Amino acid sequence: MTSYTKKEVGDLVDGRLPFNTVHRMLSMPKDVERFELYLQVLQERVSWPDKIILARGPHLYIVQDAKSKRWVNKCACGHVMGEYHENWKLYANIFVRNSEALLNELQPKLMAPHHEWQEIREFICPECGIMHDVEAPVPWYPILNEFEPDIETFYRDWVKLPLPEKAN
Amino acid sequence: MSTVLKMVPDKRREKGLCRSGLTLRDNRNEVLARTEGSGCYNGLTNMPLKEADPIFFEKLASRIRAVLVDARETAKKIAASPIVEQEGELCFTLYNAAGDAVLTSTGIMIHVGTMGAAIKYMIENEWERNPTINPGDMFTNNDCAIGNVHPCDVATIVPIFWNNNLVGWVGGVTHVIDLGAVSPGSMSNGQFSRFGDGLQITCRKTGVNDEPLRDWLHESQRNVRATNYWILDERTRIAGCHMIRDRMEEVIAEVGIEVFESFGYEIIEDGRRGLQNRIKSMLIPGKYRQVSFIDVPYKHEAMSTPAQYAKVDSIMHSPSTIEIRADGSWKLDFEGASRWGWHTYNSSQVAFTSGIWVFMTQHLVPNERVNDGAYYGTEFHLPYGTWMNPDDRRTGHAYAWHFLVGSWTSLWRGLGRCYFGRGYLEEVNAGNSSTANWLQGGGINQDGDFHAVNSFEPAASGAGARAWADGLDHAAAIWNPEGDMGDMEIWELAEPLVYLGRAIKTNSGGAGKYRGGCGFETLRMIWKAKDWAMTFMGDGYVVCNWGMMGGYPSSAGYRFAAHNTGLKDRIANGESLPLGHDWDPDSPQWEFSLGKSAEVIRDKQTMATEQPFEDYDLYLNLIRGGPGFGDPIERSCRDLEADLNGHYVLPRFAAAVYGAVAKQDAKGAWQIDDAATAARREAMKRERIARSMPVRDWIKQEAKRVAAKDGSDQVQHMYASSFMASKKFLEDFRAFWSLPKEWILRLGEDGVTGFGQQSIPLDSLPDVRRVVLVDESVVAPEDY
Repeated sequence: MTSYTKKEVGDLVDGRLPFNTVHRMLSMPKDVERFELYLQVLQERVSWPDKIILARGPHLYIVQDAKSKRWVNKCACGHVMGEYHENWKLYANIFVRNSEALLNELQPKLMAPHHEWQEIREFICPECGIMHDVEAPVPWYPILNEFEPDIETFYRDWVKLPLPEKAN
Repeated sequence: MSTVLKMVPDKRREKGLCRSGLTLRDNRNEVLARTEGSGCYNGLTNMPLKEADPIFFEKLASRIRAVLVDARETAKKIAASPIVEQEGELCFTLYNAAGDAVLTSTGIMIHVGTMGAAIKYMIENEWERNPTINPGDMFTNNDCAIGNVHPCDVATIVPIFWNNNLVGWVGGVTHVIDLGAVSPGSMSNGQFSRFGDGLQITCRKTGVNDEPLRDWLHESQRNVRATNYWILDERTRIAGCHMIRDRMEEVIAEVGIEVFESFGYEIIEDGRRGLQNRIKSMLIPGKYRQVSFIDVPYKHEAMSTPAQYAKVDSIMHSPSTIEIRADGSWKLDFEGASRWGWHTYNSSQVAFTSGIWVFMTQHLVPNERVNDGAYYGTEFHLPYGTWMNPDDRRTGHAYAWHFLVGSWTSLWRGLGRCYFGRGYLEEVNAGNSSTANWLQGGGINQDGDFHAVNSFEPAASGAGARAWADGLDHAAAIWNPEGDMGDMEIWELAEPLVYLGRAIKTNSGGAGKYRGGCGFETLRMIWKAKDWAMTFMGDGYVVCNWGMMGGYPSSAGYRFAAHNTGLKDRIANGESLPLGHDWDPDSPQWEFSLGKSAEVIRDKQTMATEQPFEDYDLYLNLIRGGPGFGDPIERSCRDLEADLNGHYVLPRFAAAVYGAVAKQDAKGAWQIDDAATAARREAMKRERIARSMPVRDWIKQEAKRVAAKDGSDQVQHMYASSFMASKKFLEDFRAFWSLPKEWILRLGEDGVTGFGQQSIPLDSLPDVRRVVLVDESVVAPEDY
């Protein structure tokens, strides 16, 4: 069974891990302790005390609020974006590119999608301005709630870690 | 279990071909019944062979796989078609007597399922009785109505006998270069139904005593354009199948028929268990939703179809929910998908389900054990009547990949969220590109032969960005794990098209912290062709991939062609020529190197039926890029410098999208000012907040537009077509936008084209039994 150090996991997060090690990660059986190391790495990089339960993206986490013990979606800047089981996008800001001019800010006109067929939606943290996600749907499409994890089963039965207290 | 068992065991009848004395159909029904009853393939709650001697089991698996790979590598040298010989578009698979895949070679693995579907069709429809199955027989199939991807994937299927009992099958498939469809090429798009898709063969007995039948040879060869390639492709398939069959007979003689047969069932159960274990070790239980779209732009004058009712602009809709359960089982549900249509992008259910494993093998199940175990470990819901499971025998499938590739790119994102959440960042991929353009055409070639061409350069499209590195540039295609653009010299031998350039397609990769891989572009000049016509095929108005976690989609495609170019004179006069890059289509440069009366086409109509081309005309083959990952303003300055200096990103987009503050030195090399870039990026964050609005406010604003049905024809057609077979999608849509319960959009109403709402199922034909391998249930809206 393979195993990696916390530093190697951190380097992977930073995109600095040597390719030989990444290749080993790809080709060998997965290291079961990765999730714990990963959480430690992520936790050390945020400034708030809330416990990270699961990463939704490079700057977005499901966390246990340190005081209330409620599980919430939280931006790395500290902005809370709804309860963990809610669609965090409903708490974000949105910028929609639905004209030739706005799409032309991203691509030459002929290389951008056509605004009568497709639009690009940018989901922005209203506090720090980081772009958490981009949707590129047909106009009228409902905003997707992309990820509803079963955290209880995952912690208890799959990675066998103690489940953080949950007040909601 | 994954299957909806439609095949009910028959009572035992006269002695069949199986060693047990059962007919093939009864044998398969019993396998399915044991599978359903136990939850394990063929009732194998234990695997006696593997448990008794696991080393022997592994050695046998490796030996058989080696035979399959060896046969593929050897047989492909028989082929002359660059698609097969250069790109490796072929595959050989071993099946057990029930028609379930045991092991497969490298290559286009989608056919693990499609050739199996053909075998199952023969079993279910009692080929055993008529036309009979004997040692030395050969069967040929490419019928999309029973599971093939598109007609150009032609399969040869050979039964394996031992002591006059059928103990397995071997199938070999090649992607032929032309199928005699309405227009030349393997994946033509001028037709709008099966009756134009080209030659289709339904599990026909095409050989006896190891020899092809003369009536088959004479008939098939005159029904395709590129006959020489056709003949050698068939010999490739036959040679590979016979190599494998003969080697399997050696294996049986050595290990015994009992062991061989047991192995053929146990390894499938082993594959099923392996998938379940991988799911638990790599994913996170829960629900994942994703969606993708791709364009069907048929109203444009460049799309000529024989029927006016096919002249419709529409959009493919592929929503999916991945449900991963506590026990490691999972369901892939495509409820809400749009209806099949009058084009060639429809897919059979098996092409859809089997093709998914081609990309799953690149991360979730990255081993040599690609067999039907993964299928038995997965529940699929593909509603009957959707583009991925048509309820009609009229549907065209020649370029099914347009929708398949467009659909599957979203599945990467779903699984990517699992990998990202668990910290397995090395497995994250933002999605695949749309593997296009497809340069196809035909006429009289440079050798004076009647000929068809089908460039496979999209086999090296740009790959999606990863969570730790950029996507691979011009290196990959979702449908073949061995990406290869082919040698220019070989393509020039096969096509009367001279290369004036082959270059990275700048800006084709999606922006992101990690950039999507760029595609490439080749500029071809028609040379020594007569009566020559070519088509364009790919996405243009819609990008199928999205980008992931802050990354942007890749670029869309566009069309460039030039006629009456004046290049003959310019070459003679030693004047400048259009070469290499079409750097920035907003500021086109090639036009400055064309004659004054040149007719240039530059637009987003990337679906175009046959247009005449003459010598010195130009054709751009633009190969798409992959989507990006992460917020672009987090991209490292050094990577951006490399992008600029390597021509992967256009300078003005490095500034606008990435916030780069860069300048060129005296030698023209770009250098990024790190401090100024950091300051610019902070300013961009403030600008983003200032020009965006709260999502809840936007929903209220947008809901009015939806309620008023304020959208283009193609948008309305897509929704009307998707609501038709899904009450759930319609009700979810109404709920999200707070629409009244009477709000609806129907095909055939409110100006939405509605031709084709009826169904003519395959099994409405006499004596035809469909083989149903997925949950195809439909709950339609009552008020549709």
